[in-house]
Amino acid sequence: MSTVVDDLVTFRAETRAWLQANCPPEMRQPARSEADVCWGGRRFRFQSDAQQLWLQRMGERGWTVPTWPREYGGGGLTHAQAAVLREEMAALKCRAPLQSFGIWMLGPALLKYGTEEQKRHHLPQIARGEIRWCQGYSEPNAGSDLASLATKAEIHDDHFVVTGQKVWTSYADEADWIFCLVRTDTAKKHTGISFLLIDMESPGVSTKPIRLISGKSPFCETFFDRVKVPRHQIVGALNDGWTVAKYLLTHEREMISAIGERALPRPVGRFAAEKLGLDASGRIDDPVLRAEIARFEVDEAAFRAWLTMVGEQARAKEAHPAISSALKYYGAELNKRRWELMVAIGGADALEWEGEHSQDGTAARTWLRTKANSIEGGTSEVQLNVVAKRILGLPEGSR
Amino acid sequence: MSWVLDEQQRMLRDSAAAFLDERSPVSQLRALRDAADARGYDPALWRDFAAQGYSATLVPEAHGGLGLGVAEASIVAEQIGHSLAAVPFLSTAVLATWLLRKGGDAAQQAAWLPRIAAAETVLALAVDEQPRHRPDRIATTAVREGEGWRIDGEKLLVVDGHVAEMLVVAARGEGGVVLAIVPAGTPGLGVERTVMVDAHNAARVRLSGVRVGADAVVGGVAGGAALLEATLDVGRVIAASELVGLGDEVYDRTLQYLKERKQFDRIIGEFQALQHRAAELFCDLELSRAMVRQAARAIDRGQADAPLRVVQAKARACLSSNRAVQEGVQMHGGIGMTDELEIGFFMKRARVLQELFGDAAFAMDRAARLGGY
Repeated sequence: MSTVVDDLVTFRAETRAWLQANCPPEMRQPARSEADVCWGGRRFRFQSDAQQLWLQRMGERGWTVPTWPREYGGGGLTHAQAAVLREEMAALKCRAPLQSFGIWMLGPALLKYGTEEQKRHHLPQIARGEIRWCQGYSEPNAGSDLASLATKAEIHDDHFVVTGQKVWTSYADEADWIFCLVRTDTAKKHTGISFLLIDMESPGVSTKPIRLISGKSPFCETFFDRVKVPRHQIVGALNDGWTVAKYLLTHEREMISAIGERALPRPVGRFAAEKLGLDASGRIDDPVLRAEIARFEVDEAAFRAWLTMVGEQARAKEAHPAISSALKYYGAELNKRRWELMVAIGGADALEWEGEHSQDGTAARTWLRTKANSIEGGTSEVQLNVVAKRILGLPEGSR
Repeated sequence: MSWVLDEQQRMLRDSAAAFLDERSPVSQLRALRDAADARGYDPALWRDFAAQGYSATLVPEAHGGLGLGVAEASIVAEQIGHSLAAVPFLSTAVLATWLLRKGGDAAQQAAWLPRIAAAETVLALAVDEQPRHRPDRIATTAVREGEGWRIDGEKLLVVDGHVAEMLVVAARGEGGVVLAIVPAGTPGLGVERTVMVDAHNAARVRLSGVRVGADAVVGGVAGGAALLEATLDVGRVIAASELVGLGDEVYDRTLQYLKERKQFDRIIGEFQALQHRAAELFCDLELSRAMVRQAARAIDRGQADAPLRVVQAKARACLSSNRAVQEGVQMHGGIGMTDELEIGFFMKRARVLQELFGDAAFAMDRAARLGGY
């Protein structure tokens, strides 16, 4: 036991020294906006030499994916070591060198279900940020009921021929490859789905950006018109793609519910006090709005406490495995409430759509964008179904 | 307490749950109510609290107690919330104990704390004067007279006031708050039991020219206001803890009913309209549990943000328990409205606990002020 602790102490010292020597000063501040985020990929344009260098150095060490095995381009760290790395990066304010759906979603799925060849081919490219992935799940007629998806993959000798349409494929127009759920058996529902990896440069693939109520968005529609996909690009067995997808969805929910680790957003109450002013008793001079803000802030504080409690429960192996659905539900609804209030506090200022005064309508656009929080990654209604069934033990009933 | 209970805390929770389940099921409260018992609590049960050590939770070891923290008192209170036990835990083992532990002089501590630990006495704190909790508006006066003080005023919602051996009365005096020990039977002290909706004890108190000695003041005049606030904060967390336990109990019983009750040839828990409400209630209760743990922890660690955490916890517990009891009655349907089913006892107790030391509106207003708005 004590050697393990000693090893961690040594590891911490070495890690700190390495980060100090290798993390460029420009990368020692938090990402301020989307433009500061490094997504990698063939078509990615680095914001600066420092950003490129930082990715390259971390990628070589496998520290973009610290716990993946070394043979697949990972850092080969234990979870304890990875925690130390996170802490040291936070202490030096090092920015994440790379973000990607490959790291968060495809990687874990390949590690569990991929063939040895798939792992050796794809994982190192994800780790080094060379290939950027997107996710092809939802379809125009398959949203909450994802398993009703219809994009068809027909088997022809050594390849599939894929035809259909995906929607809500984030950054499809910037991604190099897509991981997709496709129908390989039309007679069955969940057991007629396969998980395919498709090169976006394949003939017959096209994308079209989606404009949201909030304006420009990273979402796209992705079309497949008789796209040839080699058979070895299937992950898991034929017609067993739903198993892979379900595994991957748990990673997505954990990612979304990990908001406790994010920087604290600006307190709504204090923003309102600055914006609206206080009366002689020290209260915001708008009593009904103030009451709503107070209610929101109590719930927000409680949500933070809940996240912390669940984190501790998870460490003590006391957390319910489906609790992430409850957190996802509540966090999404809370964020919608936050932005309803932010717009109410901002009044007419928050309703400007363009121009310098409103930073091109940041408040209005953010407010509108939050409406998707309770839709993406499983709607609030679906999360409540999961909570009712898995945590409360209520019977599967009429939906 | 931490975010998860440690081994010792788990044992405390389990023992309190088992003890109260056996000695004080809700039927006990019903029996006290129906018998119109003059004391309104079961002295034998209170004595057994000493045997279990619960009455000694917050009493320092030097005075025969366990010297534990608010976290542990919170665990006991949660279990009281499950069983609705009518015992002077809050009035005596929490409020009076905290006041004496933090502000009592050596003589006061020696006189009262060992007897609290042994559950040999019942004490009460008299603060509120208006129907709604406004501790900043105390009108009762304490005026120096000779060596001691003369106190005049009226109090209400004095928990366990009519069975208390002594009251600690909060009064305004010399620009501060005077917390004075007034023994029962002191001339000029009038105590009248108020029968409350929850069948728990409370009293109205009149003080007309009540005279006490200088040694009756707890914590001195200068420190009185701060001591009262700190004590009320502990009371708020304990009331919130009781509300969390109460909410859990109602939720468990209601969920069980959803799994048993059949209508339209189906278990009603199959209906999504009910499933979603039950799932939302689950979230609500977890949020409050987390908040109450955070508040107890903040007090025990002496954190500067404790007052904010306390009112956030009280607000949350008021809101979630209210939702729990309302859904409890609604989801039970007609039977939920009957006195025969125990759900109504929980609804009544919840409402009184919400009112004690400030309801959700009070707590949220205070949270906002502490938050700078």
